[in-house]
Amino acid sequence: MEISHSVALNKDLCKGCTNCITYCPTEAIRVSKGKARIITDRCIDCGECIRRCPHHAKIALPDSMRDLEKFQFKVAIPAPTLYGQFDKRFSIDRILTGLKHLGFDEVFEVAKAAEYVSDRIIQELAKPDKPKPLISSSCPACVRLVQVKYPELLDNIIRVESPMEIAAQIVREKYKDIKDLGIFFISPCPAKITSVKAPLGHDSSTVDRVLSIKDIYLPLLEAMSSNTEIEHLASASGRGVSWAVRDGETEAVKPISYVAVDGINNVSKVLEKIADGRLDEIDYVEVMACPGGCVGGALTVENPYICKSIVTAKILDLPESVIEPDNLEKIRLDWDTKIEPRQIMKLSDDFGEAIEKIQKMQMIQQQLPGLDCSACGAPTCKALAEDIVRGKAEITYCVFVLRERIRKLTNSMMELQEKMPPPIDNN
Amino acid sequence: MSKISKHFEIAGDKIDSMGEASSEIKKLLKTLGLPAQAIKRTAVSMYEAEVNLVIHGGGGEGFVEISPETILIRFEDKGPGIPDIDLAMQEGYSTAPDHIREIGFGAGMGLPNIKKNSDELTINSVVGEGTTVTIKIDLTKG
Repeated sequence: MEISHSVALNKDLCKGCTNCITYCPTEAIRVSKGKARIITDRCIDCGECIRRCPHHAKIALPDSMRDLEKFQFKVAIPAPTLYGQFDKRFSIDRILTGLKHLGFDEVFEVAKAAEYVSDRIIQELAKPDKPKPLISSSCPACVRLVQVKYPELLDNIIRVESPMEIAAQIVREKYKDIKDLGIFFISPCPAKITSVKAPLGHDSSTVDRVLSIKDIYLPLLEAMSSNTEIEHLASASGRGVSWAVRDGETEAVKPISYVAVDGINNVSKVLEKIADGRLDEIDYVEVMACPGGCVGGALTVENPYICKSIVTAKILDLPESVIEPDNLEKIRLDWDTKIEPRQIMKLSDDFGEAIEKIQKMQMIQQQLPGLDCSACGAPTCKALAEDIVRGKAEITYCVFVLRERIRKLTNSMMELQEKMPPPIDNN
Repeated sequence: MSKISKHFEIAGDKIDSMGEASSEIKKLLKTLGLPAQAIKRTAVSMYEAEVNLVIHGGGGEGFVEISPETILIRFEDKGPGIPDIDLAMQEGYSTAPDHIREIGFGAGMGLPNIKKNSDELTINSVVGEGTTVTIKIDLTKG
């Protein structure tokens, strides 16, 4: 299966250091020949490597602002995280007006759709036969993490569409008579870009293009500086906007009991607990791959904690629920395709062969120092052992094993040197 | 013979590392590409048994054997033993002290939960000597 990605490497900037490989939640990166290499089958596009790379060599692949020219009628659907990128002098109305000055004909807030999603989740939570706990599906990186590492939890994922998709559908329906309509999502993260290119839960996305907050930041700032009248465009509630931060979704959904977790590695730990059956009594688990929630997205500009503070302050000025609800009659609120596991950890399709490989891996691991130094290019000694049995590495990639072998070789050479026949005397 | 054997020494006084053995096995099963349900059943059964070993047995040893047909899990402890196994199997029956219950364990669901998730559960226990719990997960049933 070919998987479309939105995280890539800028080879010129990569120094071949080990920052990205040690933090990747799916062990999807190796350093080889001095450059990082993403194993695309394993990548979940969470953007953790973008965040960790000190050389900015990990990049996202959003669409370009120039794509606005490709459509006649352009609608921006901004993620609520955008509101937290600019301080209180920039009201939500001002930001949305700014988007129109940038070249968009209309704007529709994803936060508004988040409110409809919240209502839909409440209905799901009320069902008596639901699996426990239900896991939020709003962060696509987390859904892909489940696909890759916790396939046994796929049934726990709530099958409700994301606010982005619902917003796009509402826009598509609202302007159905307009030809050449372009819907642009303004994204805080690469995971959402991938969700448009390779959707989860439905065959194709209603979104046409995805722009990153990073790319739009300066042009938008400039568009907002011009002294034009600010239109009254904001119509989302605080309940919807709060989805940008961790706990926001949960507060909008109000489950009886819940766990809300942010940061991809923390999410892994909580998923592990669910897999162990430790959270069977909990109703809802909100999982967000980035620190602090979407405000910590790898394609944002403002610091996540400051962004959170700004968003929270802006929410105070908002109504508690949307004033003019949209007609949702023709909107598909649920996923209509199954989420399949991505069994990337599997060593072989043949069970017996997989067992043999594990045995071999265990033997190799015993020869490795267990320092997890990553100097070989794999994140841990165990990962190197796995790469070796997969035929993708040699045990001498380990500098300690190599040093030991060279020492032995040197010793035998010295030994031989002493046992050499006397040199020929020419005199 | 295609079979994997794993051995674990499980400390009775390290509550923070409780579950590490089951976690390792869970990861291993994923590299074998087992179906999600089999992984889930093994993970839950083994985790519950590992918790029991730490909380009631004071630690001990774990043995796991994986073959194409079955997963066999055996936990041995030298703890106080179980005087009445039938009673211990009842949902809600627990001998866990209050401080253990307060941290969310000892609700009397451990052994019933293992029974529910596994295909065979055997408990051999001698009061004052220890307990051996053997769990079998059948992989041929899909």
